[in-house]
Amino acid sequence: MSTAPGARTGSGLYVPGYVRDHDTHPPLDYSDYNSTALRHPKRPLTLLPHTLTEVTSPVLGHERLGELDHDLTRQHEGEPQGQRIIVHGRVRDSDGAPVPHTLVEVWQANAAGRYRHTGDNWPAPLDPYFTGVGRTMTDGEGRYRFLTVRPGAYPWKNHRNAWRPAHIHFSLFGQAFTQRLVTQMYFPDDPLFFQDPMWNSVPDEEARERMVARFDYGSTEAEWALAYRWDIVLRGRGQTPFESEEEIVEDEE
Amino acid sequence: MSTYPTTPSQTVGPYLHIGLPWPDGPFAVAEGTPGAVWIRGTVRDGAGEPVTDALVETWQADPDGRFDHPADPRGARAYPGLRAFGRCPTDGEGSYGILTLKPGTVPGPGGGQAPHIDVSVFARGMLNRVVTRLYFPEEETANAADPVLRAVGDRAARATLVAAAAPDGYRFDIRLQGEGETVFFDI
Repeated sequence: MSTAPGARTGSGLYVPGYVRDHDTHPPLDYSDYNSTALRHPKRPLTLLPHTLTEVTSPVLGHERLGELDHDLTRQHEGEPQGQRIIVHGRVRDSDGAPVPHTLVEVWQANAAGRYRHTGDNWPAPLDPYFTGVGRTMTDGEGRYRFLTVRPGAYPWKNHRNAWRPAHIHFSLFGQAFTQRLVTQMYFPDDPLFFQDPMWNSVPDEEARERMVARFDYGSTEAEWALAYRWDIVLRGRGQTPFESEEEIVEDEE
Repeated sequence: MSTYPTTPSQTVGPYLHIGLPWPDGPFAVAEGTPGAVWIRGTVRDGAGEPVTDALVETWQADPDGRFDHPADPRGARAYPGLRAFGRCPTDGEGSYGILTLKPGTVPGPGGGQAPHIDVSVFARGMLNRVVTRLYFPEEETANAADPVLRAVGDRAARATLVAAAAPDGYRFDIRLQGEGETVFFDI
């Protein structure tokens, strides 16, 4: 680091950029997922140095949240069908720093594997008591928590007898434009992974496992709900914000 | 040096509409705000067909080139009425629209950057977002000096980053692939 963060040197303003984590992500051109064919750029991407525009992002507050946005089981008159689950975890950056007060948006299929969407017409029932949409903010320590029902798997037409493994879509802002992430959370030991191009598009096997929540018996609520823990890691700045790693590894709430 | 490996991106899929659009998403400023401009465009695929299930997001500086964010070394400062972030799903014609204020000059490594808006596109069939930048057609001098635009060597490719003037603002079409393919950035 030859230039201090935010320093003005001569005529320029230098801001510390974020790590580039290409190895983690799936390629835009991935033939096993048919719809990528006409939707990936053919020209190589142009390197964008991180400037003030890329290291900032919208500071969104609680005004975006409805009272029951974090509880997908209580958004209607009655309760949805399915296995009630808590999904919780921590959002950090790759330096280990928690990402506090950031918006987390989720959407998912119901317990039968059907989305409340006009484009989803496969013969599985809709649930009048389930929309499948949630929002929350991480707390000061980067923690988030939803109550929902476990989504079902569903078929799609990518290849013969194609089924999506059960998943919950997650959208995160982080604190910089570079940190924006839309991804999917999967459940442990799903037997459908092997034939799923979304799963297989992530080149590194260890990276795939980072999309899987772990069953969290310690956080289940007796006679109420099972629990899964899923920690999410956004890009950091490649700097170590804490004096010792132990401080951040210890995280039993 | 990364301590924690990052979480991979996955596609928004075909059903993003239940989860991501906000009623006020297209309005980075309220309708009727003096100086507000519409950024409108169509997203097209490699066959030239409109992409009717995409989501376009924008992020930008305020008209003074500042950000309401702690990373701005001049201090976070809210610009009254401006969210500076827009979000709009494409419609049945593949079109989006975001109402905003034109950003100012933003400080950059080599001096000022021409006014610009960072644009993300998410869609089914895209395993990660793509990112581009919108520049303004009337800023010819600033655009010619902008380090990001200058780094795009090919003149025709560079032109894909400059919006066109429209009666109520600007037109910024996005071509994901093929003829007139938009320049996308590795961010």
